[in-house]
Amino acid sequence: MTAKEVRWPGKELTAKEFYNKVTVTRYRPEAKFAWSAGEAMSRFLAELQRGRLIARSCSSCKRVLFPPRMFCEECFRPTDAWVYVRDTGTIETYSISYIDLDAKRIETPVYVGVVSVDGASPKMGIMHYFGEVAPETIRIGLRVKAEWKPAHEREGSVLDIRYWRPLRRGE
Amino acid sequence: MRVGIVGVGVVPFRTVTPEYSWKEIMYEAAQRAYADAGVDPRADVGSFVTCAEDYWEGFGIFDEFTPDQLGAVLRPACTVTGDGIHGLAQAMMQIQAGLADVVVVEAHSKVSDLLTYAGVVHHAFDPIWNKPLGGHPYYVAGLEMDAYLRASRVGEKACAAVVAKNRQNALTNPRAAHGSKVTPEDVLASPPISAPLKDLDVAPLADTSIVLVLAAESRARKLAANPVWIRGVGWSSDSPWLETRSWTTAAYAAMAGKMAYAQAKIRNPAKEVEVAEIDDKFSYKEPQHLEALGLSKKGSTANAISRGDFDIGAKLPVNPSGGSIGCGNVIEASGLHRVAEVVLQLRGEAGQNQVDHPRTGLAASWRGIPTATGAVAVLGVGR
Ligand SMILES: [Zn+2]
Repeated sequence: MTAKEVRWPGKELTAKEFYNKVTVTRYRPEAKFAWSAGEAMSRFLAELQRGRLIARSCSSCKRVLFPPRMFCEECFRPTDAWVYVRDTGTIETYSISYIDLDAKRIETPVYVGVVSVDGASPKMGIMHYFGEVAPETIRIGLRVKAEWKPAHEREGSVLDIRYWRPLRRGE
Repeated sequence: MRVGIVGVGVVPFRTVTPEYSWKEIMYEAAQRAYADAGVDPRADVGSFVTCAEDYWEGFGIFDEFTPDQLGAVLRPACTVTGDGIHGLAQAMMQIQAGLADVVVVEAHSKVSDLLTYAGVVHHAFDPIWNKPLGGHPYYVAGLEMDAYLRASRVGEKACAAVVAKNRQNALTNPRAAHGSKVTPEDVLASPPISAPLKDLDVAPLADTSIVLVLAAESRARKLAANPVWIRGVGWSSDSPWLETRSWTTAAYAAMAGKMAYAQAKIRNPAKEVEVAEIDDKFSYKEPQHLEALGLSKKGSTANAISRGDFDIGAKLPVNPSGGSIGCGNVIEASGLHRVAEVVLQLRGEAGQNQVDHPRTGLAASWRGIPTATGAVAVLGVGR
């Protein structure tokens, strides 16, 4: 409806009427899940709580698989041993995100990307947030370190790491 | 061109599997199947078919997550949103079309990860027409059981006998999760769910993963001493309207059976099929499916059940594995489970539950409430 033409014949529907009464029906499914993390990820999450990153090694292709898995997808065989990797790494890719999940503009941009983790094989890393960076300072190849939550706040989640921030002098 | 089943991997059914993720369960089934077939998935397998439905898994685009644990990274892979036998048909056609020589089919259940089973089943109801009524979705099984019992001479007692047989068979099947000594009287005395359906008429849920390896005829002969041939497959769906579909006759199973029998050149199924693994997600489904598939004459099924005509050792053993009632309802993996059990029977590897030298077997699946969709596979050994 334009400003010039004020009234049209018929009954005008409000948004509430339109979405709740006339053309659609609503339903909220009862769909709740609790996924078993499994052998590999259970250990990974437990180690996160201790502030450590753990991986699995494959003695056939000699890769260190991170996050850990009980089988090597390249060799199709069981992996062999638990190995700790470091909580430092290198920015592999990044993006500066200016919108939220609803595609609304956000004031302070969010830095996201993949860190290749020191001690793990190439193409093994973690998708996460970056912090203490600016559009001018973040770059591919930047050396970073995990900024952990305090031990008592960790709950066995990838969010036990707040973000990855540039290495400080001496680290 | 014939297509043979040359590898079977079944993870023993369990009511819960908290220590393994669904990926790890799939990996176990795949390892078993590849070892059985003597194939290396990274070198020998041309294509991979998985059967899954996102709502059972609890996350979207499930097919994205299948390659690693099957050895299918950077290989042709796709997911069929249906029962395992739908996937089997897809795999068979890929081989017959010449796209691949060896194809893997997988289906699984990690239904113990789902906290609201009834909620997800109810979510499958028509959103405008049936959903607003609410209620536990098993009322559909109650309605169908009532309609079927009225239309056939099968009574609640015969259904109870099916439960007792399948639970008993499962006791000696190492892959079954729900074997037990249950008498028909126990079943009849169990609490009502949606009359006439009672608690023990319902197949309890279970977790598993099942992988089969299929191969083109010449390749199958090289891989397996005695390949199990897929002689025919069929699938069919009735109208989704609960008010319109056939309640008494499992018309979908009759159509799917007809399609599979035509390929297998089976004219008299009751005489030619020597072992059958048939959907029994609810007790009454076994006799209903037997009749629809022409394996039992309408009107005489109740007597046949009471005579023990479908027991191990009788002329047509039905669900010697224990079926879904004895092994567990493994949702989309149910059809592939039935195929796997028939394969083991035809190979003579069914252990204590072995039927006497069967050469022709049948597996028939149903996708469960509220669907009227089923699929059938006719399998055979020898020429
Ligand atoms: Zn490897």
